[in-house]
Amino acid sequence: MPCIEARGLRKAFGTNIALDGIDLLVEEGRILGLVGPNGAGKTTALNAILGLTPYQGELRVLGRDPWTERDRLMRDVCFMADVAVLPRWIRVSQVLDYVAGVHPRFDRAKAEGLLAKTTIKRASKVRELSKGMVTQLHLALVMAIDARLLVLDEPTLGLDILFRKQFYDSLLNDYYDRNRTIVVATHQVDEIEHVLTDLMFIDSGRIVFNSSMEEVGSRYLEVMVHPDKLTAARALKPIHERQGFGRSILLFEAADRQQVAALGEVHAPSISDLFVAVIGNQAGHTPGAAR
Amino acid sequence: MNTQTNAMPDSHVKSQATAPGVIPVTKQIYWALRREFWENRFIYLAPLGVAALFLFGFLIHSMIHPAGGVRGLSTLAPDKQHKAIIEPFDMAAGLVMGAFILVAMFYCVETLQRERRDRSILFWKSLPVSDVTTVLTKASIPFLFLPLISCAIAFVAQFLMLLVSSVMLAGSGFSVATYWEQVSLFQGSLLLLYHVMTVHVLWGAPIYGWLLLVSAWARRAALLWAVLPPLAIGTLEKLLFNTTYFAAFVGRFFTGGPEGSYPPGTMPMDPGTHLTPFRFLGAPGLWLGLAVTAAFLAAAIRMRRHRDPM
Repeated sequence: MPCIEARGLRKAFGTNIALDGIDLLVEEGRILGLVGPNGAGKTTALNAILGLTPYQGELRVLGRDPWTERDRLMRDVCFMADVAVLPRWIRVSQVLDYVAGVHPRFDRAKAEGLLAKTTIKRASKVRELSKGMVTQLHLALVMAIDARLLVLDEPTLGLDILFRKQFYDSLLNDYYDRNRTIVVATHQVDEIEHVLTDLMFIDSGRIVFNSSMEEVGSRYLEVMVHPDKLTAARALKPIHERQGFGRSILLFEAADRQQVAALGEVHAPSISDLFVAVIGNQAGHTPGAAR
Repeated sequence: MNTQTNAMPDSHVKSQATAPGVIPVTKQIYWALRREFWENRFIYLAPLGVAALFLFGFLIHSMIHPAGGVRGLSTLAPDKQHKAIIEPFDMAAGLVMGAFILVAMFYCVETLQRERRDRSILFWKSLPVSDVTTVLTKASIPFLFLPLISCAIAFVAQFLMLLVSSVMLAGSGFSVATYWEQVSLFQGSLLLLYHVMTVHVLWGAPIYGWLLLVSAWARRAALLWAVLPPLAIGTLEKLLFNTTYFAAFVGRFFTGGPEGSYPPGTMPMDPGTHLTPFRFLGAPGLWLGLAVTAAFLAAAIRMRRHRDPM
């Protein structure tokens, strides 16, 4: 059974179309990165998956309709929407008590163990913690819940790089296994690059890119072209061109590796370069680096 | 990658061992209530504070004006004694009940809006506690817990007043036993509970239902949304027809219906009060109000389901 399955998922707020017929298939055990500009529909898509908002079209999460079966679904699904949604008045000990009280799959000992690695005090109120510590606390709660699907919406926004790195390392080492699925929506694409198994770009309510990370590595090549071979390189129809280190860097899709290797140094593109190329080529976007 | 493959069988075993039991709804309600009392400590602090303030005033008054207080009782005519004795007790109960109504209204109008305003609703909704459980638990605060807490606080305050007065009465020539008998604390407290439950909870239920609904619906200024529309209707009625039916209609939810739980003109806590619970429960207005309250709560549950955080 796929973890998430959507067909023709649509959602409009008045005349503003947030999701414009999305088809989605996420198998169990994947770590999907959902990347898109502001207002692309990421949060709306996640809200639909979490049963927080009604929608049109077909959507199944762990075999259930998230809108009508939300209460049942939330035993198997966990989410961290945004940073800092923990109530500011609550004490660390209270939030542990509460989650242990209402969640059948919460392993309190695990949460306590994770918190022991931080400097968070049990008697502190959330409002007394730094932003990084609040995220650590929330992550400890989430990781101690034995959920089948974990949804993260910009989980590291506003955190410094140390916390961001720690966050994903922790998630990967102490939480993830092949029975769990993780969907993470973020802007900060480069840090999740090594974490993901799948990558999806969303723009203006549509999925504009959808690929596994292995496929990304084999399908896309970035070439730092020798200046004298630029014309030849452009003839091969790169999907994107930018300047860097005084050289032209061209991004090719499904190009012959041997052929492009002759044009310059070849390496795998970063997610952010790929993102700029794909989203930049969409109508309505004209970033400066594009031709 | 090693850690991952090692972790796998482990967690498999564990997830089977801690088979995903279902948390009984009673336990969920218990924790949802704990949450309300953590978050809104004013639920018990405000009535406590009012009671403490009154007690303090009572104590000071007894010490400054011993003759005007209980020590002067023996100089009063017997028919005036009863009134003089129970007056401060009624006042204490009245103040605590006033605090209860204010706190209940404030709580209701705030509670469902605040969790959206501070976005913590996204945390609460990430846990398997349904909207029905959450909203009904919140409704139980004004409908059950706050009245019980307030009555208990009033009882304790009145008991302390009795003790203070008993000490003051020593050597005044007025019998302490008579004093206790006149106050009849236990009977008075039960009558207070009856009064609160009938007039302010059952009959006043639509007020709290309405406030909870507005709280679940309004994006901002929930208090204004709750108060202004009824105020506008009342004003329009007065201007257009020069009548005040609507104002009287709304006012009844605060003071009890026309088929009161007492005959008109009697004091709620007076032991001599003749209760009329069957007449009260038989009033169609009461049941209509409760039906409307149920509809308000259902709408509030639906709102909490649909509304986005702000």
